[in-house]
Amino acid sequence: MYEHGGRTAWVVGAAALAATAVVAAVLLWVGGYDPARAAAAMWSGAFGTRGAFVSVTLVRSVPFLLTGLAVAVAFRAGVWNIGAEGQLYAGAIAAVWVGIEGAALPAWVLLPAVLIAAGLAGALWALIPALMKLRLGVGEVITTILMNFVGINFAAYLVHGPLQEPRGVFPQTEQIADAARLPALVPGSRLHVGFAVAVAMAVVLAAVLRWTRWGFRVRAVGASPRAAWAAGRIDAGAVVLATFLASGALAGLAGGVEIAGLTYALYEGLSPGWGYTAIAVALLAALNPVAVVGTAILFGALEAGAGAMQREAGIPAVWVVAVEALVILAVLATDQLMRTRVRGAQTPGDDEGNVSPEPARA
Amino acid sequence: MPETDLVLFLEAAVRLGVPLALAAMGEAITERSGIINIGLEGSIIGGALGGALGALATGNAAAGVLAGAGAGLLVAMVFALFSIGLRTDQIITGTAVTLGGLGLTGAVYQARFGATGTALTLPTLAPMSVPGLSQIPWIGSALFDQAPTAYLSYALAPLLWYYLFRTAWGLELRAVGEAPDAAQAAGVRVRWVRFWATLFGGALAGLAGAHLALAHAGTFAENMSAGRGFIAIAVVVLGRWNPLWVLVAALLFGAASALQFLLQALGLDLPYQLFLALPYLLTLAALAGWVGRSRAPAALALPWPKER
Repeated sequence: MYEHGGRTAWVVGAAALAATAVVAAVLLWVGGYDPARAAAAMWSGAFGTRGAFVSVTLVRSVPFLLTGLAVAVAFRAGVWNIGAEGQLYAGAIAAVWVGIEGAALPAWVLLPAVLIAAGLAGALWALIPALMKLRLGVGEVITTILMNFVGINFAAYLVHGPLQEPRGVFPQTEQIADAARLPALVPGSRLHVGFAVAVAMAVVLAAVLRWTRWGFRVRAVGASPRAAWAAGRIDAGAVVLATFLASGALAGLAGGVEIAGLTYALYEGLSPGWGYTAIAVALLAALNPVAVVGTAILFGALEAGAGAMQREAGIPAVWVVAVEALVILAVLATDQLMRTRVRGAQTPGDDEGNVSPEPARA
Repeated sequence: MPETDLVLFLEAAVRLGVPLALAAMGEAITERSGIINIGLEGSIIGGALGGALGALATGNAAAGVLAGAGAGLLVAMVFALFSIGLRTDQIITGTAVTLGGLGLTGAVYQARFGATGTALTLPTLAPMSVPGLSQIPWIGSALFDQAPTAYLSYALAPLLWYYLFRTAWGLELRAVGEAPDAAQAAGVRVRWVRFWATLFGGALAGLAGAHLALAHAGTFAENMSAGRGFIAIAVVVLGRWNPLWVLVAALLFGAASALQFLLQALGLDLPYQLFLALPYLLTLAALAGWVGRSRAPAALALPWPKER
């Protein structure tokens, strides 16, 4: 669902962005702001200088990239993982714990350990809703969302309690060891190697989806679990479980990379909702991992620009959340309109392809 | 334990259960028509801000409640236009509507009251004591010394039950959610019914938000809905899409959220953040133990008509 071949994806994406820009401008205007000034401030904040682009836009794009991949791979298999936010927190918690406790280890051991721990923790966080779906028949939409709230509050508890920095003043952990930190990617900037790691993950994921047996199974199950079984004896349950865990691991890695590359400590509200924005990132990229790199940078620019917009034009940065929602709605609408046109022009859609992976998703 | 602690706990349980009950009963009607509205959270936060602004503008909490219901309905209308009108995926549309609701209410609030968020003092919805009933020992004041929105939820449960299971309209609504093709063949306007059921659910979620702002908190805060929309959707499952059981389940979850007060009274001092996580954990546990035994409407979450 929502994946397309190259040209359709570009058309849907461009049309969706244009629609979003128009609606956002109207909303800002209704709110009494000057849309042109807002756009100018956003542009300068995101792309105005090389420093802004590298140290703010690209840095901000890293969590979007990894969580966007998490959502893309899940949606490809028809797994409605809305839980990237909680999985990200699980990864961040594991990363900070390993990064502090493993201070005695050399960097070539500790740094990979931090990132692997983050991925494993994210996968573990996803395992609970995955098992609830497969063993108990509880749809994953609500359970993954509930797990987000558990994760956010658990992280808040840790930074106020057992993991609080030794002086006990600030609600955050102490900093991870130097050996646990990701080095800079561009010297003199805040951009860390995590960006390269994330881009590499996108390429690997694209290759796996396109060329491996598992990738084929993911696409088959996503198109129709019943047809996948009937035509190829593909066990949808096993594919769903593997995809769920991979998705959770990517989201967990997002949390680990943020800790190891940028903040070096866990604090309350580390993520302002990246796990939800990830849905917009993935949909705009038509669930294509390589395209997610582009849309993640776009959303990084949006976040970077939002800060500038608040400083220079006095528009609350939280507007960006509404804009993200608009992007999702615009993609859904243009996608639907394109689909209807294509269908009208060609053959009627096949029946099996439209069977929902699971009737009750509550 | 002193009696007053238990009474305070029960009062808090009902006060916290009422918004869940209102939102979940509305969602039960929506889901009976075959639409799952994950954007409920957006309607709740919209209702909270609408309620706060309405009460501020008129100086009247009752007017605020109406404004809240209207705001919740408008948010649900966005969801309905996309998911029913354009037949977009209900899960993703609902997620977007929730995000949009949280973002826009935050933006409007900050624009109006400053980024630091001046603490608002609103005309509140005062508790109204029901003569006689509120004198019942233990549960009397908990159930019958509450804001008017609580009584609305008690009244709605049997009314909605009667509508769903004893009227021709209710039969139409359920038919649309179970077998839309058959319902259409019988002359029911499937999308029309779904549209109104979704708006009704949004209005009740808006009421829930207004209750939060005007009867519970006495102020508006960004993200104050705090995931209640999602818990309400779980409550619908636990209440088996039956308004009467939904009310019971919602009050039980209100009690879970109010446990904080009870445990503190017992001298058990769990960290605050773990208390905050408790309702979500309990919801997960309840879903795990319960869901296999209840059956959702057959056409739930499926776009209709299948082909255009």
